[in-house]
Amino acid sequence: MNLTLKIWRQKDANDKGKIVDYPVSNISPDMSFLEMLDVLNQELIEKGESPVAFDHDCREGICGTCSLYINGRAHGPQTKITACQLHMRSFKDGDTIYIEPWRAKAFPVVKDLIVDRSSFDRIQQAGGFISVNTSGNTQDANAIPIEKENADKAFDAATCIGCGACVASCKNSSAMLFVSAKVSQFALLPQGQVEATSRVLNMVKQMDEEGFGNCTNTGACEVECPKGISLENIARMNREYLAASLKG
Amino acid sequence: MSILDSKIPEGPLADKWTKHKNDINLVNPANKRLIDIIIVGTGLAGGSAAATLAELGYNVKAFCFQDSPRRAHSIAAQGGINAAKNYQGDGDSTYRLFYDTVKGGDYRSREANVYRLAEVSTNIIDQCVAQGVPFAREYGGLLDNRSFGGVLVSRTFYAKGQTGQQLLLGAYAAMNRQIGRGKIKMYTRHEMLDVVIVDGKARGIIARNLVTGEIERHSAHAVVLGTGGYGNAFYLSTYAMGSNVTAAWKAHKRGAFFANPCYTQIHPTCIPVSGDHQSKLTLMSESLRNDGRIWVPKHKKDVEAIRNGSLKPTDLAEEDRDYYLERRYPAFGNLVPRDVASRAAKERCDAGYGVNQTGEAVYLDFASAIERYGKEQAYVKGLDTEDMKVVTDLGKKVVENKYGNLFQMYEKIVDQNPYETPMMIYPAVHYTMGGLWVDYNLMTTVPGLYAIGEANFSDHGANRLGASALMQGLADGYFVLPYTIGDYLAHDIRTGPISTETKEFDEAEKNVRDSIDKLINNKGTKSVDHFHKRLGKIMWNKCGMARNEKELKEAIKEIAELREEFYKDVFVPGEQNEYNEELAKAGRVADFLELGELFAKDALERNESAGGHFREEYQTEGGEALRVKEYQYVSAWEYKGQPSDAVHHKEPLEYENIEVKERSYK
Repeated sequence: MNLTLKIWRQKDANDKGKIVDYPVSNISPDMSFLEMLDVLNQELIEKGESPVAFDHDCREGICGTCSLYINGRAHGPQTKITACQLHMRSFKDGDTIYIEPWRAKAFPVVKDLIVDRSSFDRIQQAGGFISVNTSGNTQDANAIPIEKENADKAFDAATCIGCGACVASCKNSSAMLFVSAKVSQFALLPQGQVEATSRVLNMVKQMDEEGFGNCTNTGACEVECPKGISLENIARMNREYLAASLKG
Repeated sequence: MSILDSKIPEGPLADKWTKHKNDINLVNPANKRLIDIIIVGTGLAGGSAAATLAELGYNVKAFCFQDSPRRAHSIAAQGGINAAKNYQGDGDSTYRLFYDTVKGGDYRSREANVYRLAEVSTNIIDQCVAQGVPFAREYGGLLDNRSFGGVLVSRTFYAKGQTGQQLLLGAYAAMNRQIGRGKIKMYTRHEMLDVVIVDGKARGIIARNLVTGEIERHSAHAVVLGTGGYGNAFYLSTYAMGSNVTAAWKAHKRGAFFANPCYTQIHPTCIPVSGDHQSKLTLMSESLRNDGRIWVPKHKKDVEAIRNGSLKPTDLAEEDRDYYLERRYPAFGNLVPRDVASRAAKERCDAGYGVNQTGEAVYLDFASAIERYGKEQAYVKGLDTEDMKVVTDLGKKVVENKYGNLFQMYEKIVDQNPYETPMMIYPAVHYTMGGLWVDYNLMTTVPGLYAIGEANFSDHGANRLGASALMQGLADGYFVLPYTIGDYLAHDIRTGPISTETKEFDEAEKNVRDSIDKLINNKGTKSVDHFHKRLGKIMWNKCGMARNEKELKEAIKEIAELREEFYKDVFVPGEQNEYNEELAKAGRVADFLELGELFAKDALERNESAGGHFREEYQTEGGEALRVKEYQYVSAWEYKGQPSDAVHHKEPLEYENIEVKERSYK
């Protein structure tokens, strides 16, 4: 396949940035999208040009590092996958492909296609945990049976990989799906109950301080989430938040 | 007498750890506030250690090269974590987990370490559940288990095919709590490039900020490496792109002995290589072997027909299939350990029975499991158990519930539906049992420098059993290191802060700057990947699943030559003081080029077959690994300038509680 890539190049956080065109040829449909970018980068290096910087690590859809906005969609044209799982067979010979970084105030660009997502970490630091020290004396793991349905839902929420596709897809750059996934995981488990009030209040407060927008229920986040995190989680977080606010 | 002192406590095996915990020095809570610890790597081992040490009151500085600690490659572990809980009442016990692990490691691991691992395994599950890790549960609300290779019980706890993710996010959450309290200072996108030794003790590191390129000095009273394995020396592996040996290798160059580098795990069930463009390989969890049956056609004519597309695997009659694991190993069948399963796949493919174009693939087939589960469900629901459509639909649902994400992953990569047609799989590099030599306290041969998780060598011998990596990472980080490090740090309560303005830090920083300048100013003609791929080919062809004297000698020579060529001709674009992935990669590949040679040298020295190390000269008539009694030791290599000059030390292994037998899974 021969393709035209239109890629966002930005030297560093202060640079204005622009789209640059790159033709690539002899792309195999069995390549992953990132392997296609590897081919481009090898060519650029051979020509003595600066390779395109993009984030990636596990290349199997679980670490959440890759973060490409491809033809106007987070992680590209398929659903429920990350950019590293996207294969070139999803494109046609002669296609033009736009590749941009996540766009959000709370995700400033570091270089080219790489953004700074440390705001996500800070939200988790505000309350995304259960306060239990490591001791070897916690109670037996089977001491509290948990209804399978709740355990499964908690797991589904916990599969969030923290990639930020939800924020990138949202017209308001809202992080509600991300935050609600963690709030829901713990809200569905007995272990999470003790700190439920402070958790949701602190995490939402931090989310607002980081400059993420509000949720207006358009649902784009759920559509683009590579792990299929459900909007139900946002509804659950809203209930948790209301209950916590009333408690004070 | 060996110069390696493993510091294994006296007394009966089952009492050693308890006795040791009672005997070692403690640091009082007020003094812990005066002590700094650096932890490099935030996977299961590093993350859990960072959280626990901060909870105890130490000041922790944690480093990772990723943009968040949550992205360490432990996240990608799929199948599960072992623990001797015996919730299934199937005869499991601490002793049995210990026994299985030592036998699985082909009698090349330390008894006392492995027993301790089995002992604390149950604490891990309790701790993780308390943290809110959503393990799979049964309808009664209790935890579910499944079975992994090389064992006869169900002791593996899991969260679908994402167990590593859930455990890592548990450790990440525990870290976040301490970051929020200010007890952990987190440095993301930082790469450790040297260890600083002051008066013979590890007192700090030199790190590069990967965003700005700045070279930084960080001091502490002790340094802990939880930096994972070195499988990316093979270029293609199931490791993350960034996984590297650099931290461990720099430690090696500063005096930490490197143990058993040749012990590598080649995992039997990975998606086969499809072409030259490939950047990494993807694992299909061992848990799939609970329900998947591995086979190749019995007859060459069917192999041909399958390869040219005239025959579909689903159309091949039962009697024309060779379920070779079930045939060769009736007791364990498809659940033999990884080294055995990988070699058996290689044997069939080498004999010409591989089922894809490259001839390097075997089938992993779920049709029988779908039928079995489907019939069970149809019976429970009162439906017709002979109606194959009903049965298949119900069976697929059960399989989807167990392995859904893995099947989806496979389909995305291969573009085939594994519910309808068998998966194609082939072995790939997955884990390294070798690593930095550590004593019972997890301290390397450099005082104050510790190695935990995959970065050390201690618990898995020559072959790791499935679902034991997660167990060891968390055991080291949550339950072992936090005790043993106190014994060392108890001597440091009056030391005070460690200055970074000393000649040792000057020297280490200069060392780092010089090697970076050398790479940047080299201006050769070939990219870093060019050399990495060539190294990978040598490693895979000559140090892979089967090794022999002749090829190992060739590998040693070829790697040394490639290293020389690398320094002559590598081209690293860009500058030092900017985000420069090629520069980071160049440094890592430079270290792989040294490690690779030591790896081959170690494999050549070990004139036996054991676990993942298979020497063609040493095999039984049936083609099984043949251990040699004289090699019942740990090889620990001391750095002396070039890999070829490395000095070999031996730590003899003694088995007092287990009879060393031929390892049989028949």
